[in-house]
Amino acid sequence: MAETLISVPPRARRGESVEIKTLVSHAMETGYRRSQLGERIPRDIIRLFVCTYNGTEVFRAELHPAIAANPFITFSTVATESGTLAFHWTGDNGFSVRETAEIRVD
Amino acid sequence: MTHDPSRRDFLRAAAGLTVVLAVRPAEATPATMQDAIRAVVGTAPVTKGRVKLELPPLSENGNAVPLTVSLESAMTAAEHVRAIHVFTEKNPQPEVVSFRLGPRAGRARVSTRIRLADTQTVIAIGELSDGSFWSAEAAVVVTLAACLEET
Repeated sequence: MAETLISVPPRARRGESVEIKTLVSHAMETGYRRSQLGERIPRDIIRLFVCTYNGTEVFRAELHPAIAANPFITFSTVATESGTLAFHWTGDNGFSVRETAEIRVD
Repeated sequence: MTHDPSRRDFLRAAAGLTVVLAVRPAEATPATMQDAIRAVVGTAPVTKGRVKLELPPLSENGNAVPLTVSLESAMTAAEHVRAIHVFTEKNPQPEVVSFRLGPRAGRARVSTRIRLADTQTVIAIGELSDGSFWSAEAAVVVTLAACLEET
């Protein structure tokens, strides 16, 4: 299973905008490269990243082959209430990885 | 000089260029980038300004070029940034990424790492809640291109 690295501040003030950093291990094979035998290496990329905050979608990114290997995405969200941030990456060949992080809002 | 691709490829290989370069797929052109932008924005005009695109002017490795796009916005329900789109001129495909945000983001600022197949211009387009589109572009010199290395 792909490894993930997520940075979410564990505590935040209500209404504050917090920065979230996410990284997932994935080759992001573009589909434009060829092997040494000259055969085209088929595309295998992550197509979509979605972040939900207590079940409500707050951010999404649609990725194309021009995103570097091990997609790294930084974005922000408003700390509205304590709860769970869920991250979901989906892509070619049935790729699907979920991760969650807790945030406490005072 | 004809434009028969197989002949051209053969001549390129014979001229000592790498085989990888010779079999490289057709790259996107500024025209295909414009088509890709039109597919996203429709007929709406795209105005330069309001978008801040941060990219290194020189990149030694096109495989992972850090990119940050931001817009000044109150990010309220009435006035916010709906999406940020990134396009390139000379990658095999002009689309790079589309970020969808909204008032819940609090701040319109996103970062990622992109691949650049060549020295080229990158364009970021911000889509606002009032339906307007704003853009910024940056030129990046790439010394080692992405997509070309053998495995």
